[in-house]
Amino acid sequence: MRHTISVLVENEFGVLARIAGLFSGRGFNIESLCVAESIDPSISRMTIVTRGDDRIIEQITKQLNKLVDVIKVVDLTEEKFVDREMVLIKVNAEPSVREEILRITDIFRGKIVDVSPKTYTVEVTGDEDKIVAIIELLKPLGIKEIARTGRIAMSRGTKLLG
Amino acid sequence: MKKSGAGIFIESLIREKVNTIFGYPGGSVLNIYDILFDNPHIRHILVRHEQGAVHAADGYARASGRPGVCVVTSGPGATNTVTGIATAYMDSIPVLIFTGQVPTPMIGNDAFQEADIIGISRPCTKHSYLVRDISSLARTIHEAFSIATTGRPGPVLVDLPKDVLSTEIEYESPKEVKIRGYRPNYEGHAGQIKKVVSAIIKASRPVIFAGGGVILSVASKELTELAKITNIPVTNSLMGLGGFSELDPLSLGMCGMHGTFMANMALTETDLIIAIGVRFDDRVTGKLDEFAVNAKIIHIDIDPTAIGKNVPVDIPIVGDVKNVLKKLNLLLKGEKKEWERDHHVWLEQIEKWKSTYPLTYKQEKDKKIKPQYVIEQINEITRGDAIIATEVGQNQMWTAQYYKFTKPRTLLTSGGLGTMGYGFPAAIGAQVAFPDKIVFDIAGDGSFQMNVQELATAVKYNLPVKVAILNNGYLGMVRQWQQLFYNRRYSYTALDSTPDFVKLAEAYGAVGLRAEKPEDVRKVIKEAIDTPKPVVIDFVVEPEENVYPMVPAGRPISEMILL
Repeated sequence: MRHTISVLVENEFGVLARIAGLFSGRGFNIESLCVAESIDPSISRMTIVTRGDDRIIEQITKQLNKLVDVIKVVDLTEEKFVDREMVLIKVNAEPSVREEILRITDIFRGKIVDVSPKTYTVEVTGDEDKIVAIIELLKPLGIKEIARTGRIAMSRGTKLLG
Repeated sequence: MKKSGAGIFIESLIREKVNTIFGYPGGSVLNIYDILFDNPHIRHILVRHEQGAVHAADGYARASGRPGVCVVTSGPGATNTVTGIATAYMDSIPVLIFTGQVPTPMIGNDAFQEADIIGISRPCTKHSYLVRDISSLARTIHEAFSIATTGRPGPVLVDLPKDVLSTEIEYESPKEVKIRGYRPNYEGHAGQIKKVVSAIIKASRPVIFAGGGVILSVASKELTELAKITNIPVTNSLMGLGGFSELDPLSLGMCGMHGTFMANMALTETDLIIAIGVRFDDRVTGKLDEFAVNAKIIHIDIDPTAIGKNVPVDIPIVGDVKNVLKKLNLLLKGEKKEWERDHHVWLEQIEKWKSTYPLTYKQEKDKKIKPQYVIEQINEITRGDAIIATEVGQNQMWTAQYYKFTKPRTLLTSGGLGTMGYGFPAAIGAQVAFPDKIVFDIAGDGSFQMNVQELATAVKYNLPVKVAILNNGYLGMVRQWQQLFYNRRYSYTALDSTPDFVKLAEAYGAVGLRAEKPEDVRKVIKEAIDTPKPVVIDFVVEPEENVYPMVPAGRPISEMILL
């Protein structure tokens, strides 16, 4: 099963290498990993999407907790949470398809963030289904390139991570 | 007061009550060595290879319970420590490794003698630091000591760039160490401990399986008390030997691949395993699907990742073994149960296993020396009171089987990583910690040659370590596997062109002895012990002797090849 894990870590160099090394060294899988500074500049927040049975997920969270630089680990999958991902899609924008691209972007509440004579760059934010859906819709029009952020997530309600 | 980085380093070691370090100088650590030259508080033991420095620090730590410290230079000095670090990591030994590094502006430029030792050692250290700023140096060193010695102990590496060591700063001693991401749980959950009590009361065929965690947490007294209160037999992992006296009638000896028949049968037939400070290594469990299928498992360990990693656990307790056992014993003492009577049938069964298939070998008079005989004689002559280091392979397993360990911290052996070449430098480290104790390294002719250069260290500091080489002319354990599972095709396991160990010892200024006949064995052991110098004893033993019992790899531990 797929799990979304939030991790608070010391905002220091080498921490990402420790986490990545833990996953590769123990044969755990990473589907996506997002990291950036949190509200406290000395702490970074990571969102890791991984896959495994209960035993493996238990090992992942325990092993993460064991790292000295890791301050807190929460498997969000155990509760209600929102997750978002952003994608930039550079798509072929011949005059004949421009209308269609605008319409699709609009439906997905996306934005055109860059324009050239031959391409549009579309920005869309949403959960994974939404991101996959717009990619599938734009594919027939000729996607040149995409960049996805990977998932970030937060638990619902008043509950805090830190 | 103004101090250089090197001065702060030394000052911090002294504050950590370090009085002995093992090391090897080089360009990046010249500033440290300049202070060591005439520092009255710290004794520096000069080894002959950086791997020896880490193993010696590790042996010092295992024997004494204090952290072992070593200092090496950058680049090759640092990379030479890696096997030693991985050895300490696998066995949870508190070792501090201070490596020199090129000056900070040169890091990453492929400078002379530069190695990314933080990157190289990351998977085999408990934690590591690159000190980029002298202002954080003292705090970092104290954090490193704290992390290495608390929780599940382990090696911590601190990388020290030359400019950090050479610049000066106004030195203030740092305040208490506090690391927000590091809070080992020492207490153990009270509710879980109560559950353990009722599980123990309900069990009819319980067995205690105790490992290195008992030794690390100084809990052999509490373990012994638990066994005595409940009349439950105890088997040890290799790392646990010495944590429970093997002379105690409740001792089953070691379990696992080369464990005793009774220990492996007990672990197979039991209805309750009380696992204490162990990690259910594959050398213990054999085939996992068939390990203790009818047993409930209680697992006490300070490291949550050890619990449930290999075997499913019914009652997990995260906590310091000593603390948990104290609380558990207190509760058990209050229980009204006739332990003697209730475990009588089970203990009788174990006694039957013991008498049917005891550890056995046969020393015939006019034949070659049996390696087991050598170890039994060392055990007898030292009255089980020596510190015994081993190398890895047959020598290690025979030592585990035939030396009767009765006290913690008397067996120094590379259990997890299985590092050939560990034993001799570890024995040197132990002898440094205990100059008056008898320290043996039980070695093979292969392993000893992997760190033989440390003879110079032993001679230089007059450390009277006794190396007992069980010389069979083979990499014996690998040969045994080739014999049993590869059709006797002894591919590259015969060590021909081995040096004359007596002459080799003499060349280094140590004493060399040899025994070729069984009747010489006791004589040379006594002579070695009476010689106040490092001694190498070449025991010319039966070349194709095997270690039995043996559980073939991947088989359940009840399926033993017996002699």
